[in-house]
This record gives sequence, C-alpha cells and structure tokens, in this order.
Amino acid sequence: MSLDKATVAHVAELCRIKVPEAELEPMAAQLNNILGWVEQLNELDTEAVPPMTRVVEVGMPMRDDVVSDGACAEKVLANAPASAQVFFAVPKVIE
Amino acid sequence: MTTELTDLTIAEALDGLAIGAFSGHELAQAHIAAMEAARPLNALITETAERALVAADASDTRRRVGVVGVMEGIPIAIKDLFATEGVLTTAGSHILDGFVPPYESTVTANLWRAGAVILGKANLDEFAMGSSNETSYYGAVENPWRRRGDNRSMVPGGSSGGSTAAVAARIAMGAIGTDTGGSIRQPASFCGVVGLKPTYGRCSRWGIAAFASSLDQAGPVTRTVRDGALMLRAMAGHDPRDSTSVDTPVPDYAAALTGDIKGLRIGVPEEYRLDGMPEAIEQLWRHGVEWLEAAGAHAVPVSLPHTRYALPAYYIVAPAEASSNLARYDGVRYGLRVEGRTIQEMYDNTRAAGFGPEVRRRLMIGTYVLSAGYYDAYYIKAQKVRTLIARDFAAVFETVDAILTPTSPSAAFGFGEKSDDPIAMYLNDVFTVPASLAGLPGISIPAGLADDGLPLGLQLLGKPFDEATVLKVADVLETAAGFTARPEPWWVDVDA
Repeated sequence: MSLDKATVAHVAELCRIKVPEAELEPMAAQLNNILGWVEQLNELDTEAVPPMTRVVEVGMPMRDDVVSDGACAEKVLANAPASAQVFFAVPKVIE
Repeated sequence: MTTELTDLTIAEALDGLAIGAFSGHELAQAHIAAMEAARPLNALITETAERALVAADASDTRRRVGVVGVMEGIPIAIKDLFATEGVLTTAGSHILDGFVPPYESTVTANLWRAGAVILGKANLDEFAMGSSNETSYYGAVENPWRRRGDNRSMVPGGSSGGSTAAVAARIAMGAIGTDTGGSIRQPASFCGVVGLKPTYGRCSRWGIAAFASSLDQAGPVTRTVRDGALMLRAMAGHDPRDSTSVDTPVPDYAAALTGDIKGLRIGVPEEYRLDGMPEAIEQLWRHGVEWLEAAGAHAVPVSLPHTRYALPAYYIVAPAEASSNLARYDGVRYGLRVEGRTIQEMYDNTRAAGFGPEVRRRLMIGTYVLSAGYYDAYYIKAQKVRTLIARDFAAVFETVDAILTPTSPSAAFGFGEKSDDPIAMYLNDVFTVPASLAGLPGISIPAGLADDGLPLGLQLLGKPFDEATVLKVADVLETAAGFTARPEPWWVDVDA
C-alpha cells in the first residue's frame, strides 16, 4: 500500500493537522517509508492468533456509579485560552 | 577529602540524614547549586528551587518529630510528562504552552508523601516521542558524557533524557521517567545510570500525559540498583483512578537485594545478537553472562523468535494510541491556541503549530492505521504480533528467572546523526521494545564503557510483577561490573 498526496491530505484532515499543499508530497514520502517498513509484519501468518487486548491479566475493576469529583469550574477553566462565565469559548460553531 | 553531598547515593543520603550528618535543607541546597551550575546541559525545563527548599524544610521538621518516609528529604527531578500541581507541565511540547495543572499525578503524589523533594521538571522528547531528546520544543538535553578526547556534544538518549542526564550529572539523586518503548532504559544506558521500567500496571499512569496507554509506565532513574529499589517502592501501588493499575501489595524491593542468585536461571536470547553491533557491546554482554555465572546463576540460551517483529508492531500500536490520546490537544481547554475562521480551522492551525515534526508524523501514521479500511491490516495485525511476542516471553519464562541482553545496540551518538532518518532512530529501541509490548519489567544498569569512553548498559528482563528478582540480579550484576566511571563535569566552567 502506498499513500498518495490526496490520501495524505485526507489523513491530515482526519487528524486535524493543517499540512500546507507544498508539504503533502514530502509527508507522503516519509509516511510511505515507515509504512513500507512495518509491512514486514505480513511475513507472519497470524490467521489463528488473537489480537492482544490486555497487557496484564486483570479483570475490569468496577466502582460505584457515584460522583467523585467536580464543582471546580474555576480550576477547570484556569488554563483555557479563552473562556466566558463558566464555559470554554470557541469560534462560532452554529450559524 | 569529604564527599560532596551530591555524590551520595539515595541510600547513603538517607543514612546521613538519619544520623544528622546534614539536614534536608543542606542536601537540597547542594543539589540546587549543582542544578544551577549544570544549566548548559538543558536537563530541566523548569527549576523549582524555592519549592525544593520549602519541601526540604518541611521534611526536616517531620524528621524531628520522627515522621520519616522512605524517600524522606531526597531531592529528585520529575520528567515533565507528570502533572505537578501549580508547576508548569509541558510534555516538551509547544502545544501545552503555559499549562499549570490544578492536580498532581499519582506517582509524584506518592513520592511527596514518602518525603521526596522536587528540584524541577526534566526535559524530554516531545510527548515522549523520540530516542535522543532532539524533539523537545525546549531544545535538546546534552549528555553529560562525551567521547574521550572529543568535546562534541552527545545526545542523552530519550525520551527521559533530561531525567537520566540530571542523575548522571549529580543534579538530582534520582529522577522519574516514563518508558513506552525504552524511554527509561535506553537513556539510562546512554547516560551511565540505572533505569527501571516496572511491569505495566505496577505504577499508576494517572496524571501522566498519555502517549500510548497500553505501553506507558513510570519508573525510577538512579545511580544504583538499591536506590532504584527504594524509589520504586515509594512510587508503586494501586490507584483507583487508573483502572490498569494492579491491586497487589508493593514489596520492600530493597530487602530483595540479598546478593544471592545461586541457582537462578538467566536466559540469553540469541535473537538479540544483531549484525553490525559494536564488538564492545557483544563483549560486555558476554561479561555479563560470566559475572552472573560466577555468582552461581546458570546461563541458558533461549529463543524469542518474534523479536525482530517487535519494532514494526510497536510503530503501529504506539502511534495509533497516540493519535487517539493526543486528540485532546485542540486549543480549547489548555495550552496553545492558534485562531482560525472556523472551529475546524482553529483545531488544524493549533495542532500544526503546536506539534513538532516527529509528533505530527506519528499522529498521521496513527490516524491512518486506525482509519476505515486499514484498521485490520495494520492495527489488528500489530496486536496479533504483539500476542506472539508476549507468548515468546511467556514460554521462555517457564524455564528462566530473568533474561539478560544489551540495552541498546549502540552507545550515545552525536546530535543530528540520526534525526533525518526516523527508522534509524527507531532502531535504538530494538532491545527495549519487545518487553514493552509484553508489559514486562526491565532494568538497564551501567556495566562498562565503549572504546571511546561512553557508557554502555546491560538490560535484565523479568516476569510480570517480579521486579524483586530483576532488582536482585541487577544488584549482583552491578557489583560485578564495578562501574565507577563518571562524566567529567565540563559544564561547570562554561560560564566561568
């Protein structure tokens, strides 16, 4: 598989990273280099192998469904680049 | 000649504090002076000298009333990936500009509770993505070590290069790092210090800026194995806020350092013998085997047949998880924002400006391998290979107690030598990544010098949650290696 310029532009959009037109080709070359290298995994027959889903054998811990934190809007907003009242402020989303 | 306070090990300093040979305040002050003198190394992004003195005074007060934690009064550096309440936390990235966490990571909170004193926040590769520290937005760390008779700068390794440089340069008695694919062990090897990656789940990940959640693990960087044992005890433990942290008791790891490894079986995996590896590393590895056999252990040739597939599997899994974890950096809630006409444009601009080239590359790879149509071919394939790698280790650990390998296929290298070739850079971690994928504990200890005078490490790997055996064997290896070399403090005179 080889990424073309259009696919790189699409991935950049999915990734929410602006990649200028002039950088699409060099980026495609870099990504293809890495993807070509990882394709050596196809040498392995993994048909009957389950994918790893957990690193250590422990069950999923459960806790009571209760509020354990909160009521600290000021702290939460303290690092916001822009805020208004108790909200994060962003460019207009709905016309 | 009296020993400098900054030359003491943590164990020695705890003894000195206990008998009142010096105070925590004096110990902190000595390290603050060393930290300030070592600024040319760029090992710290943020220095917290004032906090250190306040914490040291509080520690002295506690000690007077008999309250003594396992790290009481010990000055340490914290990789700047851990959230520290009220102290700038950057992850080495432009995108976290000005971020001052309103909360404390669990591991650092555990250390403060044990009495440790914060010296500052250690530099690192951006979001821990790198093996040389060259990707930090705050500039690369310089390795305190240089080649013999050569004054060119060397990389400290990465990503925890600021942590390992700080410990090697006697700025800090210990430091904490994180290891995703070797980010504690490889820089420990490059800087001639001890670096321990515990079993996945041993330390809480809560409050660590997430890179790859199924791989990230916090661990100590120290100058001796004993110090690593002391620090791990203070760091480890169950945390309800990290559902992958394991609820098993934390042993007294230092008590495991009995020096007795008679009858233990040490696996020596043939797949870790790479073509073109420097002879000095091969030789050191042979010495390591001989040292352990001389202490009564049995060396056993073992095979980990899928070793060579670990690195490519890692470079699918880790970027995939990173692309998900780093989605949160969007210019809305914290850090950098670069405005745009629409919210999407604001996201795109912020992330383009905020992330460096290596992080952008990995996020693009990660997004691609998780995208519709490619998920099975890449991500699921890699997770299947990961199962094979874990099975390799499980089979070998049915017959051995620990595995001995080199830590890295090279010693430290110069700046720019590998930064243009991502795959050459990734190969630094060829010996550390397999255990990361399997979640196993591993330690790197300084065991010798290359021909050019740079330190080389040996790695010991253990069974899940058997850090005690790893440390016990490492302690014997450390004694046999007798590594006493230290870097010339060339940085002290830079401004003089």
